[in-house]
Parts: sequence; structure tokens; C-alpha cells
Amino acid sequence: MIVFEHIRKEFGGRTVIDDVSLRVEEGEFFVLVGPSGSGKSTLLRMVNRLVTPDGGTVRVDGTDIATLSVEPLRRGIGYAIQSVGLFPHRTVGDNIATVPRLLGWTKAAIDERVEALLGLLHLDEPGMASRYPRTLSGGQQQRVGVARALAARPRIVLMDEPFGALDPLTRESLQVSLKAIQRETKTTILFVTHDMDEAFGLGDRVGLMLGGRLVQTGTPTELIRAPVDDVVREFVGGARARLRELALHPVAERVRPGDTCDGEPVDAAASLQDALGAMLSQGRDRLPVMRDGRRVGTIALSDMVERAP
Amino acid sequence: MSRAPLLPVLMLCAIGAIAAATLPFAHVAPNRLLSGIAQRPHPWLFAALWGALAVTAWPRAPRGLAIGCVALVIVALPWCLAHEATTWLAGARATTRVQAGAGFWTMWLAAGLLLLDRLREVGRGWQVVVWVAVTGAVGGYAVAGGFDGIAVVREFHAQHDAFVEALFTHLRLCVLTLSLALLIGAPLGLRTWRTRRGEGVLLGVLAFLQTVPSLALFALLIGPFAWIATRWPVLGAWGFGGTGAAPAVFALVLYALLPVVRYTIGGLEAVPADARDAARGLGMSRWQVLVRVQLPLGWPVLLAGLRIVAVQTIGLAAVAALIGAGGLGRFVFLGIGQGATDMVLLGTLAIIGLALLVDLLFQGVLALTERRA
Repeated sequence: MIVFEHIRKEFGGRTVIDDVSLRVEEGEFFVLVGPSGSGKSTLLRMVNRLVTPDGGTVRVDGTDIATLSVEPLRRGIGYAIQSVGLFPHRTVGDNIATVPRLLGWTKAAIDERVEALLGLLHLDEPGMASRYPRTLSGGQQQRVGVARALAARPRIVLMDEPFGALDPLTRESLQVSLKAIQRETKTTILFVTHDMDEAFGLGDRVGLMLGGRLVQTGTPTELIRAPVDDVVREFVGGARARLRELALHPVAERVRPGDTCDGEPVDAAASLQDALGAMLSQGRDRLPVMRDGRRVGTIALSDMVERAP
Repeated sequence: MSRAPLLPVLMLCAIGAIAAATLPFAHVAPNRLLSGIAQRPHPWLFAALWGALAVTAWPRAPRGLAIGCVALVIVALPWCLAHEATTWLAGARATTRVQAGAGFWTMWLAAGLLLLDRLREVGRGWQVVVWVAVTGAVGGYAVAGGFDGIAVVREFHAQHDAFVEALFTHLRLCVLTLSLALLIGAPLGLRTWRTRRGEGVLLGVLAFLQTVPSLALFALLIGPFAWIATRWPVLGAWGFGGTGAAPAVFALVLYALLPVVRYTIGGLEAVPADARDAARGLGMSRWQVLVRVQLPLGWPVLLAGLRIVAVQTIGLAAVAALIGAGGLGRFVFLGIGQGATDMVLLGTLAIIGLALLVDLLFQGVLALTERRA
């Protein structure tokens, strides 16, 4: 659990964070989203004390982190950044083992953990652990960066635009991996991004930062349906925000069971956005829905629209 | 490993040929103090040899042949000098000396540069093989006593014990200077880099020190160091005084500080900022970041700096002999004082050889670190 209480920060007389209070619950995937310069990275870096607030308190599990000694605090918190920051002179295995080594784990425990993480992040090509970072692709490097952040099983992980520099396909596959790992391990993740789709796709809750202020927090649906003001409305995409929302709901929610029709079927677990895309590409307004290889019903274009009461 | 351009080869050959035809190959002197009579044996033969070397520069000449010919010339020149010396010395008085002349040195240097140039066309392995073969042949001949007729070798034999002592004193001065400069300069560079303050001032002061002529600095230090020694006799009892090793090392360290500080900062800047950020964010202490991330990543730059410092210090330490610090410079200054050119040459050649050797050593270590990285 991370709690920010009335945080303020100035850089050279300019206020970059203005009275921000926020509570990130245990096991929650919380995404801070906002344009560059909105103060979201600065806020994140306060949790592991890479930045010290000028006012206010940051609490981790109830303790004011200013009272803790800094290295043990950081070793207990995972940290991944956009530029990855792998150590170029260390192998992939050594990079992942950084924090366990600092914590003095036994060699056997470290080797086992590295092995497990390589598998978890789909890095299990033979010989991967002994390769050097520069021989990896950008996506692989970031997978190693995430593995390094998760290495010592931290209960809190901070991620500062970790997928920002990756191509869309690689980014999506990493988002899927990360979300699965987070669900599995119940890790508290504080994630920073400027990409709305990424924020809505990953976050249990999203906090929108603009000009150093946290203007709205809530679930993705809340931000889309009930923006607090026009600025937020515009930022989440105006009318197009509803297209984003389609990505948040699975086809299964709107399926008409028992029905059948022609066309290439869509999977029940796919999002409504995927189904809409399939309809557009097939030129149909109705498609069959599959689950586990069996046709379970249909979905129609009109099902996308929730009618106003 | 592409073909080297033709022009430098032809120029070096021309220089060699001109040196062969016009400059004295050797001097034969009645004793070590008088200047000798210039000798120019078979000038046209040598000049023709350079012509032949120039032909091997022809782009389609076999590469091995070209390199072999140059290597042969490098070995043959001193051998030729030694051979001529025995004929000149036969029946002469015991004090008679044969000194290598400007012609010999110019040709030898030209041949050396030529070999260096030609070897750029082959791999590292062959380079080492050729240099080991050449130095081995010349060195082996020297050890076997082949050059005993040459004046500078005679000087070496006459001064043998003093030479060995001077060599070790020289090395001691340099090692001490390098260690102290690293011990002071590296933390100074680290601090300046961390605080990002005073870099201009510090480097300015150190750069100013570099402009003080070494001779003047050594002289200027005599006063203060003598005063310190009289003020604290304990220090004086340890050999600390206006002259000797203490002021010499002090001055040498002052000269070494600029490159050490500058390359320390350079090394720290060579470390990617994101790796540093990650290291701190993952919970490494400052010391751990330094030892585990910054040092291994900045090391090649620092090592390159130390290489420059080492070579510079070996040269500068020669001047330290003037204030009684000893070392190889002693032969240079004693030689100048006595008018004994061979003695000057002995000191100079030893200093050059030492500098080359240390440079080679650092290059080797650098190559090893780069291969690992």
C-alpha cells in the first residue's frame, strides 16, 4: 500500500507537483497517466526516494518512508524504467540477480529465481542467461528489465514508462505478460505512462495528472463515462473515449446465447473492440461467437451500443 | 587490413635513401669525449637498398615479401654497424669509439616507421609475431655481445651498476607518482563530477600548473621543501628535503593530476545515465554503484588516461635528476656536463625504451579489457 499525503515539489521555483494526495491499495495495478511534464514520473520516483518531496509525506505500508534508511527501502521495491538501464557489462542472468545479490541470497536461490523469471517473461531461449544486453532486441531488453524489477519478489513495483520505446506489437505482448504476472502475484504496481490505451488496458484504477495536479482518479470506465470536467473529457478522447471503452469489455458480456449466423467467428474472450474490427473487415453486422472451439451464440453491431435509458 | 596508401611508403624510402647518401652512418672517435670522424661506408649500396624497398611498395607485390624486406633492413642496419665497427676497431687504440651517426638513426627510424605502416595491412597476431622476431633478432645479437664495439653499448657496460640502479630509481619515481596521482586525482575527479561544481576552476588550476616549465617547478620547490625539512627534522631524517625524491615526486604528481582528474571525469561520464539511475533505484549504495557499475564501465577511459600519464611521467622524471632525485635522467645531465654524448644517448635510449615498453603494457591491458567487454 502506498499513500501520498499532500505532496508538493518544486524545481527551480516552478511547482511540478501541487498538493497531490493518493492512495494505492495493496495488490492494485495503479496507472498514473498524463502528458510529459505533468509530474507523474516525479511522483513515482518519490516512492523509492530518488526524489524527495518539498512538502507532504509518502507512506509505504503505513510507515513514513522519510524515516526509513534508503537502500533497504529501495531493495524492497521493484524499479523499471523506459530506457531499461541494464548494466551493459553484466550478463542477463547477472542483471536479473542484482537485487537478490544485494540482499545476500544464496547462489542456489538466485539461480533458481533467475531461471523462473526467464520462463515467466518468455526469455527461455537456451543460453539467454549468459548473453550480454547489447545482443538482445529492445523488447527482450525490456523483458529483462521487468524481470530485474521483479527479481526479489517485491510487494511494490514502480514502472516508469517501461514500454514507451517499444513497437506496438512488442508493447502489447509485454503488457499481456505483465498483467498476467501481476494478477498471479498480487503485486502492487504503480505504473507511469502517457499512453491512454495502455493506461486503460493495464490499470485497475487510473490517475490522470495534468500540470502537477491529480485531476481525477477512478476505474477506466469511470474516467470515460464520468469525466470531472471538460479538460479530462478531452484528454480521455472526447466522444472517441467510448471506442476505448470497447477495448475494456469482453465479447462474452454481450453475447446472445443460442443464436447462430454466418461469418468468421470471434472468441468470447476477445474485446468488443476486436469484435467491431472483425465486423468492419468482414462487412457484416453480426458475427458468431466461439468459446473453447464451440459456437456459443452471436454478437451484433447493435449490441455494442448501450441504449440510453 | 586494406592496402596502405603508397605515398608514406615512398616518402619514407626517399628519406632513407637521402640519409644513406648524405648523412654520416657512423663516427669513429679516438676517445669518448672527442668528436669523431664521419664515416659513410657503401652509401650507394644503402641508397639502392631503399630503392628496392620502394619497389616492394608496388601494390601488387606480395605482402609477405614487402614486410619481410623491411624487417630484414631493421635487423641488418645495426648488424652492419656492428660489423663495420669491428673492422674500424681492429688495430685501433682501446679508447677508440664507434658511434652510430645521424645516417644510421634516420635510416633505422625510417625503416621502423615503414614496418609500422606495412603491418597495418595484417592482423594483430602477425603484427606481434613480426615485432617479436625483429626485437628478438636485434636483442639476441646484443645479448650475444654483437654490439660491444658500439660506443653506447660500451658506455652501458662501463656504467652497468649505476645504470641498473638508475633504472630502478626511475621506475620507483614513476610508480610512486602514478599511485599518488591516482590516489589524489581519482577522488578529486569523482567529487568534482558528483557535485558538478568547481570543475572549471579545478581543471583551470591544474592546466595552469601544466604550463609551468618542469625545470622551473623543480627549482621553485627546493626552497619550500628545504624549509619544511628544517622545520620538522623528523621529515628531514627520512630523506625529505629541498632536493631528492620528495620534491621530485611532488612536482611529477602536480603534472600528472590534470590528466588523471580529466580522465576520471571522462570515465564517469562514459557510464550510461540510465544504468546509474537503475543501480540507485534498485538499492545500491553510492559505494556499490561506484564499484559495481561506474568503475567497470568507466575503467577503459581511466586506463587510457593512465597510459598517457605513465608515458608523460617517465619522460618528465628525467628532469627530476637535476634536483638529485636520480633516475635515468642522471646520465643525460652527467653526459651533457662531461660532454660525453654516449652517456646522454644511453640515458635517452633507456628512457625512450622504458616509455615504449610501458605504453605497450597499457595497450595490452586495454586490449584485454576491451575484448572482455
